[in-house]
Amino acid sequence: MNRSRTRSSPSELAMRTLLFICALTAVIFVLLITVYLILSGLPAIQEIGLFNFLFGDIWQPTSSTDPKFGILPMILTSIYGAAAAIVIGVPIGIFTAIFLAKAAPPKLAALIRPMIGLLAGIPSVVYGLVGMCVLVPCLRKWLDLPAGDSLLAAVIVLAVMILPSVISVSETALEAVPKEYEEASLALGATELETYFRVTAPAAKSGIAAAAALGTGRAIGEAMAILMVAGNVANMPSLLKSVRFLTTGIAIEMNYAAPGSLQRQALFSIGLVLFLFIMLINILLSIVLKADKGDNL
Amino acid sequence: MKRLLMSCAVCILFLTACGSTADTAVVNTEGSTSMADIIAVLQESFHTEDTSITVNFSGTGSGAGIESVLTGTCDIGLSSRPVRPAELQRGAAVHIIALDGIALIVNLSNPVTDLTIPQIASVFTGQITNWKTLGGPDAPIAVYGREAGSGTRTAFEELIGAADNCLYTNEYGSTGDVTGNVSTNPNAIGYASLASVNDTVSILKVNGIACTERTIQNGAYSLQRPFIMVTNQNTVLSKPSQAFLDYALSQEAAPYLSLAGAIPP
Repeated sequence: MNRSRTRSSPSELAMRTLLFICALTAVIFVLLITVYLILSGLPAIQEIGLFNFLFGDIWQPTSSTDPKFGILPMILTSIYGAAAAIVIGVPIGIFTAIFLAKAAPPKLAALIRPMIGLLAGIPSVVYGLVGMCVLVPCLRKWLDLPAGDSLLAAVIVLAVMILPSVISVSETALEAVPKEYEEASLALGATELETYFRVTAPAAKSGIAAAAALGTGRAIGEAMAILMVAGNVANMPSLLKSVRFLTTGIAIEMNYAAPGSLQRQALFSIGLVLFLFIMLINILLSIVLKADKGDNL
Repeated sequence: MKRLLMSCAVCILFLTACGSTADTAVVNTEGSTSMADIIAVLQESFHTEDTSITVNFSGTGSGAGIESVLTGTCDIGLSSRPVRPAELQRGAAVHIIALDGIALIVNLSNPVTDLTIPQIASVFTGQITNWKTLGGPDAPIAVYGREAGSGTRTAFEELIGAADNCLYTNEYGSTGDVTGNVSTNPNAIGYASLASVNDTVSILKVNGIACTERTIQNGAYSLQRPFIMVTNQNTVLSKPSQAFLDYALSQEAAPYLSLAGAIPP
């Protein structure tokens, strides 16, 4: 405070204001989106009824006789899909991070690291395209299915997509573990691998948990890639059947949903549910990160 | 002072401009969302001929469109289903401006060439699940369709008598997605507007009749629907609305209709 008072030249003040306005933009957009989602998402929920909306298992929004707006299949698909992607992706990601941070020869690590960076930079539509053209036909032939589009295909695509963020966050966490821990372990006679798995990884556990939470967020929020491989029928989730996620549910029906119809309003309500999911994961993430800081102090 | 004068001048110009737009005549159309593309091209081509008339479109569905022209809330109702007898009795006048044929498509490797309407209905409602039953290879059937809310889906399901009753293997958000995925899956069957089907898939005959522009025009091919402009016989159509209707039915509009994927009647 004192410093700013002594040096408050007009240009300084202008710059400060500019920075403040920039910082405000992000906050304003978050608030705007939140308010908009709540306002546009609530009417349909009120009309359908919260219980029928969240726990109804049939989604048939345009039926002329008996329209049904149950999004339980989509909620469960999103949860199962993200969970399965985490179960596959996180162990691979953590082992890769341990390899890169500790075990890999420096030259090899220098080769692999930019490749993982590239993996993070690939647009999700490209993941979807490769999944659609390679993975889906293969699943159809191997498993003798009518069509390969399925929860399994979506899970595989998601697991690959979350790898880069899981790897980079857990690698950073592993590298932040004080060298003394490892040295002490090695001096006590543990092998290198024992040290990495028994000492380094447990010491970085909250950072690794943060990586998993980040991956979950990505997996729940992804739409484009899984739109192309999941088949998009609102079935109750089953590994080899066509399924619809919360995200793809919005994406596929928004185009032709008649303006002002309950179908369109319900799509906004799905958006609201998805928003709450993401918020929950973010809160979880910040709790984990806070716990991490607490450990290091 | 100069600046003030300038801004006054701009204001006056702006106000007169507003006044002139208020003078233009408006045609309000309402109804089928499937006709959105058709109305869009007609709007644009008509506007280049007669700039004094503005055409509005609101997509609420065929039934709502006919209802609102009969109650007088719009000038022209748009329907992509045949007008029902009850609606005709209340004074609905039918003007068919175009036709839409829904082609049934399968993979190029599929030997099946011809299905009947009951067979199609059984496939799409999940009663027949293997191509063997239909004279094809021993392979499961993958039923591809559009998402809820698509006009093509609604029309197709009504035409085969399985409205809201179809069990899809996969749903796609556009016609291109359906044809693209049918072209890569030998087990697949799907549907799409004839205008957007290319030679990467094969088109099935329905009840022995091929899906072509000619069979749609002469009514022989059964998976088709009309695009109709509905007016109210009990009220006099406004001059601009009459002009737009005449234009839509004219020879000049025909090429634009085919541009939007429809077939001239």
